Amino acid sequence: MKGYYARKIHSLLGVIPLSFFILEHLVTNFGAFEGGLAKFNEGVAFLNNLPLVFFMELLLIWLPLLYHGVFGLYIAYQSKPNTGSYNYERNWRFLFQRISGVITFMFIIWHVFETRVQVALGNVTHEELGGIIHAVVMNPLTFTLYLVGIISTAFHFSNGIWSFLVSWGITVGPRAQRVSSIMCMGLFAVVSVLFVLSLIAFRNVEFATALNVIDSLKTVLS
Amino acid sequence: MAETSALKKNVKFIITRQDAPDSKPYTEEFEIPYRPNMNVISSLMEIQRNPVTSEGKGIAPVCWDSNCLEEVCGACSMVINGKPRQACAALIENLEQPIRLQPMSTFPVVRDLVIDRSRMFKALKRVKAWIPIDGTYDLGPGPRMPEKKRQWAYELSKCMTCGVCLEACPNVNEKTDFIGPAAISQVRLFNAHPTGDMNADERLEMLMEDGGIDGCGNSQNCVRSCPKGIPLTTSIAEMNKDTTKHMFKRWLGV
Repeated sequence: MKGYYARKIHSLLGVIPLSFFILEHLVTNFGAFEGGLAKFNEGVAFLNNLPLVFFMELLLIWLPLLYHGVFGLYIAYQSKPNTGSYNYERNWRFLFQRISGVITFMFIIWHVFETRVQVALGNVTHEELGGIIHAVVMNPLTFTLYLVGIISTAFHFSNGIWSFLVSWGITVGPRAQRVSSIMCMGLFAVVSVLFVLSLIAFRNVEFATALNVIDSLKTVLS
Repeated sequence: MAETSALKKNVKFIITRQDAPDSKPYTEEFEIPYRPNMNVISSLMEIQRNPVTSEGKGIAPVCWDSNCLEEVCGACSMVINGKPRQACAALIENLEQPIRLQPMSTFPVVRDLVIDRSRMFKALKRVKAWIPIDGTYDLGPGPRMPEKKRQWAYELSKCMTCGVCLEACPNVNEKTDFIGPAAISQVRLFNAHPTGDMNADERLEMLMEDGGIDGCGNSQNCVRSCPKGIPLTTSIAEMNKDTTKHMFKRWLGV
């Protein structure tokens, strides 16, 4: 495929559907902060009861994510960062977009492996997912890794929207690019805070009861 | 009294040198007497007159490229204290010492500070940065250009193909074939011209080929570095818009 279209599809998939999925995921997870385990499980149940859920996941999440991630690694590889000589804000964001892209891709692979893949393998049920994340956030190391992953995802998402607007010729002039930059960085702040609040909410003890695996492990170990 | 102290003042240079296109670069230090209003080119001329390093070693004079000496030809681009710019417009008074001179190594180095900017001229040919007006008969005068448009188009026409924007771009390197900001801005210039507009699609299609506009990663170093203050990122975004429109037109129209 010609590079122009490959890059254009990469850019489009970042917003449709991936950005929308991030927002949907944020809303579902924020249920844990707002209404605890009951609200979170309600959200999980709603999503999994959607018609054709497998095909929706395949076409709106997995395939776009795979393409955006793999092609994104290639884009990151092609760049030659020069923030040392050109210490400009946009240049730093160019670099962070590539770093955060790589971190986010690795984070998502790990996160999907722990959750969706385990559900597919039949190791956990949808109701136990809250417990899995509870175990993650109670461990200081994995909690830190999740924090890094979440903030990196929020940055890549927000800054990606800014460059999407430039790459599709929507924000052309310097003023439009400055205003959209302020708005995207505001979005970064809001999305980060909401995600972090949701993550902290999973530290609540009620999520622990959702995971029988942990309980059985504890009895084995004691 | 004042004259003697001025004579004592010296200017220090650290220059990256390279004897041949594929030989290893090395640095040499020079110290030359200060004269008022001197610039990097006049300093290099001074070194040429007396090619001796600060250790007193006689060497082959440093090579550089220059032509107009008034920042309009683009020939004397080099990296001065870490930033690419025109050596003729780099006044010694405004530079921190020691002054470091390096070739713009994004381009093939010919010798010392001389680089080969052919890729930029190839890029201009590729995007057809001209206006075809020849016919087998007199085609008559073309359509007039609105004054408002002429004003911003004139800014784009100041491009001197100096290569500073390519040097500053993190996406112009040996791993990509990105043509760089200058040629993209020239597409905007020639597509803005009422006669040039008649071949606008051809130029847009060249930007949609491999190594075209999709190589831009929005680091926006180009617009911060351009010695002529050309709004390069506005040009790139405008061409993003036009190539996007052209893509949809090709899919949906005809």
